[in-house]
Amino acid sequence: MITRTTTAISEARTRAARRPTAPFGLLAPAAAVVVLLFGGSLALGLVQSLGYLPAAGMSELTVAHFIRVLGDPDFFISLGLTFYIALTSTVVACTISVAAALALNALAGRSRIIYFVFQIPLTVPHLVIAVAVVFMLAPNGLLSRLMLNLGLVDSSAAFPLLVNDRWGVGIMAAYVWKEVPFISLMVLAVLRGAGSDLLDVGRTLKAGRWQRFRHITLPIIFPSLGAACLIVFAYTFGAFEVPYLLGQTYPLMLPVWAYKSYSDVDLLSRPEGIATGLLIAAVVTAAVALAQSLTQSARRRGVVL
Amino acid sequence: MKRLIFGSVLVGAVLLPFAPLVVWAFSSRWFYPHLLPEQWGLRAWAYVFGTAGAQMTEALVQSVMVAAVTAILSLAGGVPAGRALGLYHFRGKDLMSIILMLPIIVPPLCVAMGLHLWLLQLGIAGTFSGVVLVHLIFCLPYATFVMWGVFSNYNPDFEGQARSLGASRLSVIRRVMIPLILPGITVAALFSYLLSWSQYLSTLIIGGGKITTLPILLFALMGSGDRPVAAAVSILFVVPALAALAASARYLGSRRMMGVW
Repeated sequence: MITRTTTAISEARTRAARRPTAPFGLLAPAAAVVVLLFGGSLALGLVQSLGYLPAAGMSELTVAHFIRVLGDPDFFISLGLTFYIALTSTVVACTISVAAALALNALAGRSRIIYFVFQIPLTVPHLVIAVAVVFMLAPNGLLSRLMLNLGLVDSSAAFPLLVNDRWGVGIMAAYVWKEVPFISLMVLAVLRGAGSDLLDVGRTLKAGRWQRFRHITLPIIFPSLGAACLIVFAYTFGAFEVPYLLGQTYPLMLPVWAYKSYSDVDLLSRPEGIATGLLIAAVVTAAVALAQSLTQSARRRGVVL
Repeated sequence: MKRLIFGSVLVGAVLLPFAPLVVWAFSSRWFYPHLLPEQWGLRAWAYVFGTAGAQMTEALVQSVMVAAVTAILSLAGGVPAGRALGLYHFRGKDLMSIILMLPIIVPPLCVAMGLHLWLLQLGIAGTFSGVVLVHLIFCLPYATFVMWGVFSNYNPDFEGQARSLGASRLSVIRRVMIPLILPGITVAALFSYLLSWSQYLSTLIIGGGKITTLPILLFALMGSGDRPVAAAVSILFVVPALAALAASARYLGSRRMMGVW
């Protein structure tokens, strides 16, 4: 698997790496932006969510806003809904992506058109796909018209609610369409780099289709698949546009709830909005960290993922 | 045969959502339950380019400018940082990668809400630079990760050879490094551009309604319930992004980009 060029590159890299000091000059601009702006925004958000808002005459630090958010029973309903939608869309997108990446690798060959078409959803803003989902799945949308004309339903009222619905079908449809190419392309890069040598070995050793997938392909793609899925999960958990347009009015997904409180005419609910935002950030970060450490400890115990 | 079926399923699945957008944008009367518009027409486009033309052009220019400036600044920070992470082993590298990963994980919503008051006090909330700054928070780390992948497959020996032949530091960067990493730079620029292009909420919070980009206009239109116009603006919103993809398409699938995607 290790070709001569990659050996040369890694040798060159080790030589470059012999300089022991960190390349601070190279890292400085990026680090400054992230530490100052990102770190600053979280710190300031925390201060505000603790009730420090001099402009509104509030200057005492208090955890009352967090308590008010966490004490609201609706918060946990929203949290559950957000988890359910983010997790389901990630799992569905992940499954379709693996299948699509394997099929693309096996069938598409060098066809550039297929790759180009497959990359189109990457460029489409979430907002646009949400609008398209409304046009397709709403009670007076294209699917409903089609089913009525085919005689499958009697009226638009008999058409199942797929947008602004209880189960978040519309939201998940938008996310899956948008994220499948992203995950697939991450997986595809690894698949192409790996070549087919190991699979040929597997075949000579009489490994079946499933065995080859489970013990050869999956371990190869797992790191990038996992990373891509974590990014997708984090995104779907904290994004606003799609659930705002395609979600129910109750219960709300957490990001919509956070922004609603934040932008309330009552300035006093602003700290609650920011507190909810920070809770979203905490949940997402914890979920990603947990997933990372679980896979790492599984690998240390010798579990082949 | 198998290839043909797979290809058409894939193309169909990708293009399906565009069908209602295009049909709506060119319809002037389309009541339920008609499968196709009863009357086709250009009313939506007349509105977009005529009645609301000035507003649309302004939003389009605003969107392009914000995304372009964000992409350029993301490259300016992301290329050196990617080089540092791809070519060097140093203490604190893991910590650095976690710090850079966080802005990608944490939703822009939280960042924008926390940052707003500060930018307000600095007087840059509601300005072009304020919006660029908030987009930069997550676009720059994305560009850094793309460039990290690029520099992991980069052979710095070429630079040494050019140096030993008497090339100056600047001309090594200009004539050795940049040509070698150009595909990666294109992809990093495309990613940052698209990420900024599709931002809604962070622009709304920091821009405070003063910076009207296309997504902000589109949201307002969806609220008004005028479907043909919303469809036309959606198409207008996708086309520049598609053009950016087409322009960089020759790098996206290339072998030199392996390990980045």
